[in-house]
Amino acid sequence: MNCLPSFRLRRLIPAFLLGLSVLLAPALVLAVDDPSEMLPDAKQEARAEAIGSQLRCLVCQNESIEDSSAGLARDLRRVVREHVAKGETDRQVMDWMVARYGNFIRLSPPLSGGTLLLWGMPALALSIGLALAFFAYRRRATSPKAPPPLSDEEKARLAKLTKE
Amino acid sequence: MLSPELGHYALALACIFAAAQGVFPLIGAHRRDRRVMMLAPGLAIGQLIGLAVSFLCLIYAAVTNDFSVQNIAANSAVSKPLLYKITGVWGNHEGSVLLWALILGICGAAVAAFGRNLPTALRARVIAVLGLVAAGFELFCLTTSDPFARVWPAPMDGQGMNPLLQDPGLAFHPPILYTGYVGFAVPFAFAIAALMEGRVDAAWGRWVRPWAVAAWCFLTCGIALGSWWSYYVLGWGGYWFWDPVENASLIPWLTGTALVHSAIVVEKREGLKIWTVLLAIATFSFSLSGTFLVRSGILNSVHAFANDPARGIFILGLLAAVIGGSLALFAYRAPALTAGGLFAPVSREGALVLNNILLCSICAVVVTGTMYPPFMSLLFDRTISVGKPFFDATTIPLALPLFIFMGFGPMLPWKRAQLWPVLQRLWVAALLTALACAVAFYGVSGVLPALSCAVAVWIITASITDIVERIKLFRMPLAGSLQRARMLPRSIFGTALAHAGVGVTVLGLAAMSQAQHKIVDVPIGTTEHLAGYDWTLQKVEQEPGPNYTAMVATLEVRHNGKIVTVMHPSKRSFNSQNQTTTEVSIHTNLLSDLYGVLGDKHGTDAAPTYVLRLHYNPLAPWMWLGALIMALGGALSLSDRRMRVGAPRRARNASTSTVTAA
Amino acid sequence: MGLPLAGAAVLGVGFWKMLAGMQSGSFNPHDVNAPVLNRPVPDFTLPDQAPGQGFATQDLKALTKPVLVNFFASWCIPCLAEMPTLVALKDDLELWGIAYKDRPENAANFLKHSGNPFTRLGSDRDGRVGIEWGISGVPETFLIGPGGVIRWHTATPLDVETIRQTLVPLLAKLKTP
Repeated sequence: MNCLPSFRLRRLIPAFLLGLSVLLAPALVLAVDDPSEMLPDAKQEARAEAIGSQLRCLVCQNESIEDSSAGLARDLRRVVREHVAKGETDRQVMDWMVARYGNFIRLSPPLSGGTLLLWGMPALALSIGLALAFFAYRRRATSPKAPPPLSDEEKARLAKLTKE
Repeated sequence: MLSPELGHYALALACIFAAAQGVFPLIGAHRRDRRVMMLAPGLAIGQLIGLAVSFLCLIYAAVTNDFSVQNIAANSAVSKPLLYKITGVWGNHEGSVLLWALILGICGAAVAAFGRNLPTALRARVIAVLGLVAAGFELFCLTTSDPFARVWPAPMDGQGMNPLLQDPGLAFHPPILYTGYVGFAVPFAFAIAALMEGRVDAAWGRWVRPWAVAAWCFLTCGIALGSWWSYYVLGWGGYWFWDPVENASLIPWLTGTALVHSAIVVEKREGLKIWTVLLAIATFSFSLSGTFLVRSGILNSVHAFANDPARGIFILGLLAAVIGGSLALFAYRAPALTAGGLFAPVSREGALVLNNILLCSICAVVVTGTMYPPFMSLLFDRTISVGKPFFDATTIPLALPLFIFMGFGPMLPWKRAQLWPVLQRLWVAALLTALACAVAFYGVSGVLPALSCAVAVWIITASITDIVERIKLFRMPLAGSLQRARMLPRSIFGTALAHAGVGVTVLGLAAMSQAQHKIVDVPIGTTEHLAGYDWTLQKVEQEPGPNYTAMVATLEVRHNGKIVTVMHPSKRSFNSQNQTTTEVSIHTNLLSDLYGVLGDKHGTDAAPTYVLRLHYNPLAPWMWLGALIMALGGALSLSDRRMRVGAPRRARNASTSTVTAA
Repeated sequence: MGLPLAGAAVLGVGFWKMLAGMQSGSFNPHDVNAPVLNRPVPDFTLPDQAPGQGFATQDLKALTKPVLVNFFASWCIPCLAEMPTLVALKDDLELWGIAYKDRPENAANFLKHSGNPFTRLGSDRDGRVGIEWGISGVPETFLIGPGGVIRWHTATPLDVETIRQTLVPLLAKLKTP
């Protein structure tokens, strides 16, 4: 288990959701990040933010580097901004990161054989649901259930009712 | 008097009561022995008393600073404010398991108390199932997570609590969320009891629904409170991170929402019976796995269980018994449940089926996304991350059609409907939506947020239209309309209100995508401009707190020269744990939040500068307000006379569509 | 109707394997697993870190025998814990150290107290070289084969067990090509 000052241990939001935060958040730094790290050009800064929000803060739970106050996230933010300032495309910056940290750093995993099920899930779930509903409907629509014959007890009741 | 030993003893006693509650009523129901079945309510109440005493003992130990109790020593301190001494009891593993058991005990006792009109056998079985689950968790508590364990020698002071938990929002979040989670144990118990009896009918649907709606209300509030907490405590302006633990609460909410809807079909039309039983089982199973698997370290980094192998294995065994057992029973008995009333695809039932398909698809996506990384790592030794960009891209396309259909679903008649007349009645809503769409595309940046705005307006206007149509407002004298409104069942209002709440939340979410922020590093006296407001940093002072010292900023916000608010964002340094927290300052006028965060101090002591993070969050409060409205809608439905727990009696002669399992 | 049961069973078995794997150490769901194996070392140049001499990519590429590169920091407790193992290892294998995000004087002090196993020492003050290497914390250790190719990597503190079971066989393989 290796460590960085405080953020090796996950951030807290999640934990608390189950009221368990004490277990999970021994220490936590909440810093406002430094404005000096932002790019002067608003358009480039916006692009850097967009790229950064696709990159996982490696030492946090499920946050992007833009949402994290962890030191490594800050370093990675700076790297992203340097590359953007150099005029690299989004793709180039992303590839640079993936080359060093692998697909783990992408919050949105690339489509591949292994992630086919993941990305296909919305369509798969929806079509399974619709198919189930369709077959259930057709099975019942084509074989309308004849009303079950009356039991003796019911026949007796019917006779009694009609008599009244 | 209220010693930890008494607490431990009471817990053990409760566990025995729970076991008895799980066994005897089942035997009684099986033998049709009324006297044995009638033991159930008493045992359930006995169990609750044991749990309550046990819980009180733990609170007493916390309040009296009894640091000889390990749990208190590890999580409390003399200097901690009283409120947080009490709420700190459930802020840790052992205490939260006890709270969990206590709520389950309350559920069991509630069924015993309010379920007088249930058939004796059904009530006995429901209480028994609750007892079996409770016995398992109380055993877990006693054997592997004893909250009353003593330490020797007792330390002079405790280690203190994580400062982030020292917050009123967080203090009440776990009980509300747990009530939601555990509340779904009652529909689950009803489902198991129904499977045992082999009988699901309209009356069953009517009995189950109030419990499901009540649990759903709590879960909705719990999730909203959690999201709100992360919004105002974490200081990043974010509110939802698609984090595994957040997802763990969203998953049962999605299936629970589907359950609340499908139970209507069971109640009104005796349809979707098997499906509803499965949903009831699934919702509680997800609640259980959600609460306990996140503690296992599979989804979280701190290996709370890995340190104690006994816990991990015990909990997995317990989950296997509860979930596996109920699903096995389902596999065995469900085929005997017959399908009920016929309906055309275009009908109220059809709309509810579509609602279930979409909700469950979203649920499937969230489950897959949450579980994919660990399974990928286990099976293929490849590490991937699944985060916000993925969930946004996959859930929103499923949610949008759901929102659109939500508009006219409640207006469709049962059995067989025609779409066109319903759409005709919605022309005002459609017009307003088109208008909102035009405005949104003009004023909102991004296609998705604009579309979401339009959809939100559609949901809200369509919900209002439903009520307006039912009371024939504007089409008859006002007095007549009011008379009709009085006669209208409250559950109709509840539905409209809950749906409108969804619209409000969606509107808040869409507007939040337009939020603006600014980060600056400025000396005192500087004025910054953001979103039409002038923010002036007036001073920064040191202030002492009960167990921390704070650096407090005074931030004056003006709009067109007039003072809007004076905010005091601060940074606290806690003495006992060498930690700092950021106290966000939020000013809300319900239409937007002004959100200020104080960051680090830079520069020299003679000429210091302070980092400030300023946010303008339009409609932010609506996200949680919407959730509150949804819960209120649920509560309104619950107050409906016809929904009252246990009110209806099952017809003496079962209708022909009910078939007893062979 | 049995499908939900089957699905739950599959998930349950998966969870059980994960828990078991986590206890035995063979499964860690939070590993970054940076793709570094069998790649040449990245481009970097490190200034000296007292008491050693800094190094750069070329120095590693010019090597004819394997060397172990270790990222450490004075503020990292696991680093302190693994130091005795590294010191014991230094007679059998050359070790080069990189002080990660650390003040040079603190790092020097740290090595004075814990013993210095490193032949060469570089200082990565701002953590940028660490990013080039794909590390996400300290300690992380890389085995560099002749020609400057990364042959092995771990993000956990080294212990005798790992050295005996993984490192020694690997070194034997590298020495007899």
